[in-house]
Amino acid sequence: MIKKFTFPMGGIHLAKHKVTTDCPISNADIPEFVTIPVKQHIGSPAKIMVSKGDKVKVGTLLADADGIVSSDVHSSVSGEVVKIEDLPGASGYEEKMITVKVEGDSWEEDIDRSEDVEKEINLTSEEIIAKIRSAGIVGMGGAGYPTPIKTTIPENKKANILIVNGIECEPFLTADDRIMVEKAEQVIMGARVLNRALGIQNAVIAIDENKPRAIEILTALSKLYVGVNVKVCKTKYPQGGEKQLIRAITGQELPLGKLPIDIGCIVQNVGTVFAVYEAVLKNKPLFERVVTVSGDGCKHPCNYLVRIGTPISSLIEQSGGLDENVHKIVMGGPMMGNAVVNLSAPVTKTTSGILLLQDGEFTKKEASSCIRCGKCAQACPAGLRPFAIKQAVSFNDTVEHMRKLHAGDCIECGCCAYVCPANIPLLDYCKIAKQEIRKK
Amino acid sequence: MLKISTNPHVQTSRDIKSLMLDVVIALMPAAVAALMFFGIDALRVILTSVAGCVMFEYLACRYWFKSKNTTTDYSAVITGLLLAYNLPSSMPCWMILIGCFMAIIVAKMCFGGLGKNIFNPALVGRVFLFISFPVQMTVWPVPYFLKMVSPDGETGATTLRMLKSIDVSSSATSKMYSISDLPSYLDMFLGNVGGCIGEVSALALLIGFGYMLYRRVITWHIPVYYLGTVFVMTAVLYFLTGEAKFLPLAHLLSGGLMLGAIFMATDYTTSPMTIKGQVIFAVGCGLLTVIIRAFSAYPEGVSFAILIMNALVPLIDKYAVQRCYGEKK
Repeated sequence: MIKKFTFPMGGIHLAKHKVTTDCPISNADIPEFVTIPVKQHIGSPAKIMVSKGDKVKVGTLLADADGIVSSDVHSSVSGEVVKIEDLPGASGYEEKMITVKVEGDSWEEDIDRSEDVEKEINLTSEEIIAKIRSAGIVGMGGAGYPTPIKTTIPENKKANILIVNGIECEPFLTADDRIMVEKAEQVIMGARVLNRALGIQNAVIAIDENKPRAIEILTALSKLYVGVNVKVCKTKYPQGGEKQLIRAITGQELPLGKLPIDIGCIVQNVGTVFAVYEAVLKNKPLFERVVTVSGDGCKHPCNYLVRIGTPISSLIEQSGGLDENVHKIVMGGPMMGNAVVNLSAPVTKTTSGILLLQDGEFTKKEASSCIRCGKCAQACPAGLRPFAIKQAVSFNDTVEHMRKLHAGDCIECGCCAYVCPANIPLLDYCKIAKQEIRKK
Repeated sequence: MLKISTNPHVQTSRDIKSLMLDVVIALMPAAVAALMFFGIDALRVILTSVAGCVMFEYLACRYWFKSKNTTTDYSAVITGLLLAYNLPSSMPCWMILIGCFMAIIVAKMCFGGLGKNIFNPALVGRVFLFISFPVQMTVWPVPYFLKMVSPDGETGATTLRMLKSIDVSSSATSKMYSISDLPSYLDMFLGNVGGCIGEVSALALLIGFGYMLYRRVITWHIPVYYLGTVFVMTAVLYFLTGEAKFLPLAHLLSGGLMLGAIFMATDYTTSPMTIKGQVIFAVGCGLLTVIIRAFSAYPEGVSFAILIMNALVPLIDKYAVQRCYGEKK
């Protein structure tokens, strides 16, 4: 019997809907045009390095990181830069984007395109981090925090453990699952690269028990390498949340206001670790990623390897197209993902899934008044009282009061709004409270 | 046309109606027990009470609030059932309807309806009837297992009344009982004792408790802490004084304790929202119940205990804050 890890506070159990678990990753078609946003990460937008009319190859630097909290952006196709202007993204807000007209598929020469798994790591910590930076790698689980910052240990601090997040607790999504199954060795090498960069020998790949294939393959493989182990976690949402995963794996809670590195933890998503492997050992910048296209309104659910900048509509076409039953399209998972406003918006570094949802199970229900059941407080993995935050927001309470309720520590997982029997949009209230606190 | 909305894009199917319906189902074993022990009279009380509560809520929505009809969420049915379970089987229909009015109109709709009331509506109805019609509310037809009508309108006393009178040596008014008069623990557990129609059978109520736990309608905290507090308190008093009126198991199995602890103290609206608050609330209910049962003129204290604690819920909610993630233990 393997010991299964989990976090004790709050959490919910969701229907899995992981219909694409056994669909191998297939290459998505390269579209005629790609639009690549210069800001696909947390921090400042990258500085544009190309101009209209320039010829680019796959992997050519398009925009350079502006400062430490920023990230490089590379071309995902070869062709000609035709437009550099503000275009609406998936949520409808305009962002600076570089449009490239696709011509052929020629890659930068220094990218190693062979299928062999590179196993030799002869680089120093600084060299590894420099490569991660120049590959434009950001957290691919959804947050988009630049990876080089997370990998650089501040002075007077020390890393103890690298947690590779293979939980993927959102319904429908299977991108990380497929990476672990198909690219197991590369994930382990990526973890070893990060181990070396952090100066440790302790990487733990945390996998949800609902991914038996990934557990089997990675457990067997990890026995061959020093410093990489697999731990199995119980299925519970949001197990993949950074704070929840740290608690599950290390048994420690991250104290309020501290960063994971303050207690020696670094958490990286499986997709990010795979990208690190490709960047460091294959010289390949981050210009493509695995995206799950699924949902109860999707005719042919599938996992695709997608070039960044591919329009969402192109992926939907490849999965059988839209019909009148689809009432909502979501980018990301159904719990934390955002509804898509604009179908010509591109896939970015942080897009883990595109979901086509039908009326019914995924229709927002009409809210009624609170019956004071307290289920939101019991479900909150951050230990907050969403009902109290809702009251504070609707009564226009002071920011001090919202701060006292720890509204700023909300992780926006949506458990409260999921469990509410009165269907009150509690997460919206929590987000408003967070915003109020940030404004002050 | 595509819709947009904020996340999460999936919500539980357990809405208010489905939770309330589960409570109604959980209350059904006690209804069966009531029918078995008190026959057709119990059915009359239950139907009158449920019909009365639903009717008053419907009328309030229609003619007073002029809003959507809220009786479809089954909360009025629960109030009706709980009020009926708190009445003797001989209660006249018109009195039951007065109780329904107090419960639904005064205790619930005057505060704004489901979710906004401070006091448990069924208990307000019951206590109003108890102080307005003390005679009718304390006549206890003896149970007559599986016979449809009472043999000769015979009445008896509840276990708690017997317990209360065991040690009163010089009272001219109250009848004297000895320990041997008490019904057996098995009878108390099954419900073959005098009392309100829904409170007699601990077994039936525990089946309902199990169902609500299985369906995750409530957590175990309030009932277990409530019953546990009563048991421990009476056990301590029993060993300190040696008086038979503190027999712990008799207190646990008799009167409205089970009904109150499982179905009324756990009412969402009138109980605290965090687990910590619920534990404080339940222990408070337990202490007050024992104090009232042991030292007041009333043999029964569950209704008053829960109502008093209901009044303290806003205070408990303010201070019983759960520890949040990353906060020091």
